[in-house]
Parts: sequence; structure tokens; C-alpha cells
Amino acid sequence: MARGGGTRDTSKLLMERSVPGRVGAVLPESDVPPQAMPDDPLLRRDLQLPEVSEPEVVQYFTALSQLNFSIDTHFYPLGSCTMKYNPKINDEAAFQPGFAAIHPLQPGEQSQGALEMLHRLQGYLGEITGLPGVSLSTLAGAHGEFAGMLMMRAYHHARGDTARLKVAIPDSAHGTNPASAAMAGFEVVTVASDDQGNVDLEALHDLAGPDLAGIMITLPSTLGLFDTGILDVCRIVHEAGGLVYGDGANMNALLGRVKLGALGFDVIHLNLHKTFSTPHGGGGPGAGPVCVSEELASYLPSPVVARNGGGAEYSLSTPANSIGKMSSFHGNFGVLVRAYTYIRTLGKEGIESISANAVLNANYLMESLRDKYLIPYDRTCMHEVVFSADWQRARGVSGLEIAKRLLDYGFHAPTMYFPLIVHEALMVEPTESETKETLDAFIQAMRDIDREADEDPDLVRNAPHTTPVSRLDEARAARHPDLRWQRP
Amino acid sequence: MNPDDRKYTSEHEWIKVEDGDTERALAGITVYAQDQLGDIVYFELPQVGDSLKQLEKMGEVESVKAVSDLFAPASGSVVEVNERLANEPELANEDPFGEGWLLRVSLSDPAELDKLMSAEEYETYTAGLH
Repeated sequence: MARGGGTRDTSKLLMERSVPGRVGAVLPESDVPPQAMPDDPLLRRDLQLPEVSEPEVVQYFTALSQLNFSIDTHFYPLGSCTMKYNPKINDEAAFQPGFAAIHPLQPGEQSQGALEMLHRLQGYLGEITGLPGVSLSTLAGAHGEFAGMLMMRAYHHARGDTARLKVAIPDSAHGTNPASAAMAGFEVVTVASDDQGNVDLEALHDLAGPDLAGIMITLPSTLGLFDTGILDVCRIVHEAGGLVYGDGANMNALLGRVKLGALGFDVIHLNLHKTFSTPHGGGGPGAGPVCVSEELASYLPSPVVARNGGGAEYSLSTPANSIGKMSSFHGNFGVLVRAYTYIRTLGKEGIESISANAVLNANYLMESLRDKYLIPYDRTCMHEVVFSADWQRARGVSGLEIAKRLLDYGFHAPTMYFPLIVHEALMVEPTESETKETLDAFIQAMRDIDREADEDPDLVRNAPHTTPVSRLDEARAARHPDLRWQRP
Repeated sequence: MNPDDRKYTSEHEWIKVEDGDTERALAGITVYAQDQLGDIVYFELPQVGDSLKQLEKMGEVESVKAVSDLFAPASGSVVEVNERLANEPELANEDPFGEGWLLRVSLSDPAELDKLMSAEEYETYTAGLH
């Protein structure tokens, strides 16, 4: 960014640019008689507003917007977030007036096209996951998890089985999993991982009993590994009478290749904003549809789109034992249009190539960096690779500092310190959409930073150096937050 | 580096009997704990009068890295909380065995402390961790 005090210098707040008496707009003479101000303590006379010109405001906010770090500007290997490119044709489709200008309260006969699109999307997601019951109304990953947990509870209760209070969750799980289970009223029991990063089957066996409602599992796991014991995991849980919930956050590794329903999963959520290329990371909103087996379809959140009597007429319906509404109307409709467009653009073969390239790219990074960065679970990875910065830490440079230094090289930092079971974790997810040249540049940056850890560790320890704001004192910000600008 | 005048839990809390007659003890987190946590920004501690059960959750500690549970090193009731931590949580980073103590507890079963590790055992235990 430009420094030197011009309007593009974003370090100076709008309030600090204020000049008394400067105005950005001139209002016309009032044509109504002035009224006396009520003596209301809510009306403040000392309200501080910046006195600036219109160009100053435009330049200031434009400069701020140009500081954005996004998939449209940078490589964004943020592990577990699947920051893939979002094709612009998705937006083009969502902007079509037939989708953009309708209202959910319009009569169904006026929105048949939109309902047909939703119905087809339900069908595609059911086909991709092998779980044919689909509701699109949940708005985010954790929202889908919560809906899944409510369905699990409703399923057991409907059979009069109210003793199932526990949900097993592997120690490599996303933090939202235990939160969702607890919110649905379950007690969370942690299952350890074995030395391969798989669920410890013996530990699972020990806690699988008549009080087990089910398991919440992410496949591939947050270690970026395919749990090779997954069939046994499903069997053990099912034999104990429980259900298997799948966190679909990592579906990018499996698209078109593995149907979770065929593995024995009963209910999952998908993150359309990850796997199906709709905007996220501040650019949302998201969508976290839930997909269930036929047995659980009657519990789906309302509404689902039904096709009536084999005809071409579509309508919204509420499944017989529905857990109820999870959102207003049909969820984030514009997001659903984008995901539908993505699937239709790619087709069956295209969908398969997503997972192929995502997995290939992650393994390429792993193999290209294995001499410099520790790989704590050294197996062929799936769509993401988890390194440990322990070798660098031994030389006085932490994972956090490596992540910050990557910003200087023009790359978004990977996910750090997660999963929790990996010390100094750096979780890198390249996705399928980057070129080999970009991956090579990232590999070179990681190798350069490793060398800097030897030659000039302070350069890494004090990074970033090229960003508008350099290293922030996170501890001081949390301990003594300064939340409000005060006139000096 | 771990003082041998106190006992240690596997969850990295310490407890030190101050006065055997009144069964009062001081509790806190270890140097190893604060090192793993990184800069601590907030403690959620029990209140005076609350009762604790050994090795059950008694509060939370938040650092710039993570939020972690705190476990009671012994059963008893809380008689004093280190008020300084509210504004200076960094005390637990800077001097976890001294100024950064968390609680003063009236022990309900002093014999429980025998279940905890000595300084030497804790040293061996943490050396075996990552």
C-alpha cells in the first residue's frame, strides 16, 4: 500500500482526517417548517462524525477494500476451509432475474423453475453422497451438524429409546462437532486416534453401548487422512444401535469417488461454500445442507422440495417427523443456485476431477517439502497435508511465525495449531484450482522460510514486514482491548 | 525447575499445602502449562465458597492460542481467588509458581494429594510428552 499520508494511507482513520466545517454533501433547503427538538436523553448533541469530502470517503474505503486478501487475489491454502476458486459463472446464474427477483412468499406456480432447480440440487447431492434424503435449508456447516444431531435424537426417541445420551467424537474432530452435539443435549465422549491417525477401534468398542446415540466423524479426518478403519467404525457404532454422523467439511477429497452412504454413514452435512465453490470466508453466506439415509428422511428439517405425482409440479413439503424449520424459507437460495451451477458446469467427470486434483496437489506439496518440514502422520494424504513446525521450533521459529512470514511472500497463511493433536501444526489445503506454477512458488517460499530460520531467524520471528500492519501484539489486544476511537 | 514443595496433576496444575493445621493450600498452573498455552489473556475461575472435586473441571484459561479447561488439583472449598489475574493474566505466564497463583483452597481430604505427582515424577511425565 502507499504510505506517506495521502488518502490511500489507511492507517489514518476517517475521524483523523476530519477538518472542521468540511462537508461531503450539500442538502437542499428544507421545505418543511423546523420542529423543536424533543428533550430526549437519547438525542446526543455531541455526536462525533467525520467532516470529510466525498472523494476522501470514496478513496479511503476503496483503499481499504484493496487490502483484501481473497481467492481472487492470492493463493489461499487455509487448511480445512477449501478456499477454491469460485467460478464467476456461478454468480452470473444467481443474478438471473428468474432467480434473483423472486420472493419466497410468491405462489408456488410462479416459482416452479426455482423449485425445480432446488429439487434437482437435492437429487444431485443425494447422488453424490449416496444419502438420498436431502434438505437444503441449513445455512452453514455447524448449522447442518446441529440439524443432524437433532435428527439423531429424534430418531432414537421415536423408537422409545431415550437412554442414548452420549455421542462419540474423535480427538481430531472440528471444534464445532462437540459444540453441536452438546447443543442438541448430548454428552460428548472423546475417542482417541491411533498412531496412524485413525479412530482407535478398541477405544470406540469400549464405549459403544446402549447409551451411545452415535458418532460424529470427519472423513477424511482433519489430519487430511482417510480413516482406513472407517467400515469398522460404522459397524461398531451400528452394532451398538447408534448412528454415524459425517462432517462433510472435507468432501473435496471424495467427490465423485466415495459415497458416504455406501460406507455406512446415516447422516451428513455438506459445506456448499467449501466443496461446491460458493463464496465464503467473509464473502458468504454459507449453506450446509443435510443428507440422510432413506430411514432418516422423514426427520429432515422443513422444507424439502417435492415433485408431485410424477408430474412437473414442484412444491415445498414438511417431512412426516420433521425436526422443524432451521431457517426462514428455503435457506440461502442464492448460494444454492451457485452450487447447482457448479455441479451442472462440471458434470460427472468434472466432479471426479475435483477430488483427483485436490488430492494430487496436496500430495505434491507433501512430497516437495518432506525434507524440510516434519510430517507427523506420514501417509499418503487426501486433500490437505498437515505438517509440524517442530524442526523449525527447535531452531527458535514457531509455526505461527512461519505462517506470518508466508504473508510477506504473498500467500495466505495455512491453518495453524489445528488439529490439536499435532504439535505446531501447519495445515495446508491447496485445493484443485491452483496451477503447478503457483504450487511451486508456495513450495519455494516454504523452503526459503526454512532457510531463513537458520540464517536470519529474527526476520521470520518479526514477520510480516510487507503488510499494511505488521506483527500485532495479540496478547495485549486481548488483555487490554482498545475498542473505541477517542478524540485526542 | 518445578519446586518440590508441592504436588502436580497430569493436567499441569500444582497444589501446595501452606499450613498443615488449617488444611489450606494454594493452587496454580505449571511453567510447562503456561509455555504450552502461550500468552494467557483470561481466566475463568470458581468463586469463593465454591466447592471443588479433585480432577474435575474447575474453570477455564484462555490464551491467544486456545481455551483450555482447568482441573481441580484437590477437593475442597475455595477460600480466596487471585484477584490480580483479572487485570493481569500475564502473571500466570511470568510467575506461575508464585505471583500467578490461582486459588486458595480449604482441603476436604488432604490425603488426596498422595495421588498426585511429585516434582520429580512430574518432570519425567512432561519430558515424555511432546
